[in-house]
Amino acid sequence: MSEPDSPVMAARTRGRSRAWTAFSADPLSLLGLVIVVAIVGLAIFAPFVTPYPDHVGPTGDFTAMTAAPSGAFWFGTDMIGRDLFTRILFGYRLSLIMAIVVLAIAVPIGVIVGLVAGYKGGWTDYILMRITDVFLAVPPLVLAMAIMGFLEPTLLNGMLAITAMWWPWYARLIYNVTRAEAQEGYVLAAETVGASTAHILFREILPNCWPSILTKMTLDVGFVILMASSLSFLGLGVQPPTPDLGSMVADGAKYMPDAWWLTVFPAIAILLVVLGFNLVGDGLREAFEAEG
Amino acid sequence: MSNILRSLLHRLGAALIVMIGISMLIFAIARVMPGDPARIALGPNATAEQVAALRLERHLDAPLPVQYWEFVKSVATGDLGKSLYTNRPVTTDIAQFLPATLELVFVSGILMVLIGLPIGILSAHYRGRFPDHVGRLISLLGVCTPAFVWGVILQLVLGYFWGWFPIEGQLSQSVTAAPAVTGFMLVDMAIAGNGAGFLDALHHLILPALALAMSGLGQTARLTRSNMNEVYERPYVEMARAYGFPARRIATRYAFRPALIPTLTILGLEFAAMLGNAFLVEKVFGWPGLSRYGVEVILRKDLDAIVGTVLVIAAAFLIVNIIVDILVNIINPRIRLAAGRA
Repeated sequence: MSEPDSPVMAARTRGRSRAWTAFSADPLSLLGLVIVVAIVGLAIFAPFVTPYPDHVGPTGDFTAMTAAPSGAFWFGTDMIGRDLFTRILFGYRLSLIMAIVVLAIAVPIGVIVGLVAGYKGGWTDYILMRITDVFLAVPPLVLAMAIMGFLEPTLLNGMLAITAMWWPWYARLIYNVTRAEAQEGYVLAAETVGASTAHILFREILPNCWPSILTKMTLDVGFVILMASSLSFLGLGVQPPTPDLGSMVADGAKYMPDAWWLTVFPAIAILLVVLGFNLVGDGLREAFEAEG
Repeated sequence: MSNILRSLLHRLGAALIVMIGISMLIFAIARVMPGDPARIALGPNATAEQVAALRLERHLDAPLPVQYWEFVKSVATGDLGKSLYTNRPVTTDIAQFLPATLELVFVSGILMVLIGLPIGILSAHYRGRFPDHVGRLISLLGVCTPAFVWGVILQLVLGYFWGWFPIEGQLSQSVTAAPAVTGFMLVDMAIAGNGAGFLDALHHLILPALALAMSGLGQTARLTRSNMNEVYERPYVEMARAYGFPARRIATRYAFRPALIPTLTILGLEFAAMLGNAFLVEKVFGWPGLSRYGVEVILRKDLDAIVGTVLVIAAAFLIVNIIVDILVNIINPRIRLAAGRA
């Protein structure tokens, strides 16, 4: 391990603080961070934040059915008197869990495929990347729909379908980075001293991919949520009574325009979470570029 | 010329390989699914004899590679099987529903370019000033908002509240559809010489097309802006400025063309996303395209129809991408030159 005041560590610390300076200098990145922290916080503490935690289930307050937004129900209530604010918070919970699970599985698969194909070259490269191309050649939503078509529409299968169409993007990204990095002197040096392929892939090349991976993962939390809500909007996602932002929009649309809040608030909730993670992701990208 | 032809053939070959890959993927997904495909395809009311007959007809007891080969043979002869839901050949169903979807996607594509490019150009031109901020906000919201959210919001505000546009469907009830020649409502109305019908169809098309276009529009504006900003910093633009060329001429003549090329290359991907997102927008606006059919067959586990729908959409996507590739080739002199030298 290097000493804390070694030149390398000092350069790293300088790089990090420069990255944070670049990130915090952009008001849009900070706005994104505020949105993300607020949504994640509300989702985690949802049962304590809302006065109606039991409205998550199939029953609500029958004395206040389809009530317009008011002091008691900030975002109004649905057809069976469930507080919409509560259901949106729990919808966020589900969306965030889905995004985390999908990325936790899809990213390692994509990264390994990209590293191996980019470094090995030849037939390995050709076969792995053609498989990736096939997945990228079907509109993502259609592929996820098709997979859902052969499975039962449950939370787990929804995550499986989205994971299946998500890894190729990481394979493509890491493949391009690896191809460029494999030509660098440090990889050649490791090869010369006889380092194993695994060592070169995971200890030499992978660390240089982290900025790209982290940036894309941040953006993708938003986009996985977008994709999951699209599936459930079509009725191919989580089934009731589990609160889900996409199916809330679909159900609410039946009561337009009189009960407009049933559609508008879940719709804005989706927009906000995707926007938040997008702003943070964009800020991260520029910060990493500033770090150099 | 022969070089352009060769590169075209190369692209077609690559597309064919991908298409074969997609057919394998869909076939694999359909086969690993739990349950007997013949039983699922025939539905719960079929007798054991019927199931056995279909198993024989589809070679379901043969090894997987043989099954795949039979599947490819029937697809190649234009046979996508029969839909359990409509009780018709899948090709008939798709031929009925696909044109409305394609019409929506094409009009959205036009809107995406017609609105996205100018926003990007203005943003770059007024970099850091008010029009730039507005442009970036529009593109950011476009990218971050699912198509169905745009759909319900546009429908609520412009349809229900302000009443500027019809709320759903492809035509008003008072208007009779033109005889189907091409399947595209606008084209059929034009062929029939029905001016009022054409306008009514267009009126119905605008909101769904706009909702579908927003994401690609935002992406186009974003990319055009950053590409033009990059070009603006190049020496020859500096020189044009130093010579006192008018700003508009610099923007349109010197900065726009080189900035257009990388933008064009992503248009193919945006079209792909639109073919998928059309499902969402069609649901919002009750559009009579592939969406309702697609969702319905998925929920009913209508095997042949699911496979057919996905194959057709994937093929449409590949064709659009080849067209975009060719366009980029025609517009970009550098690629044309490289092809000429090769």
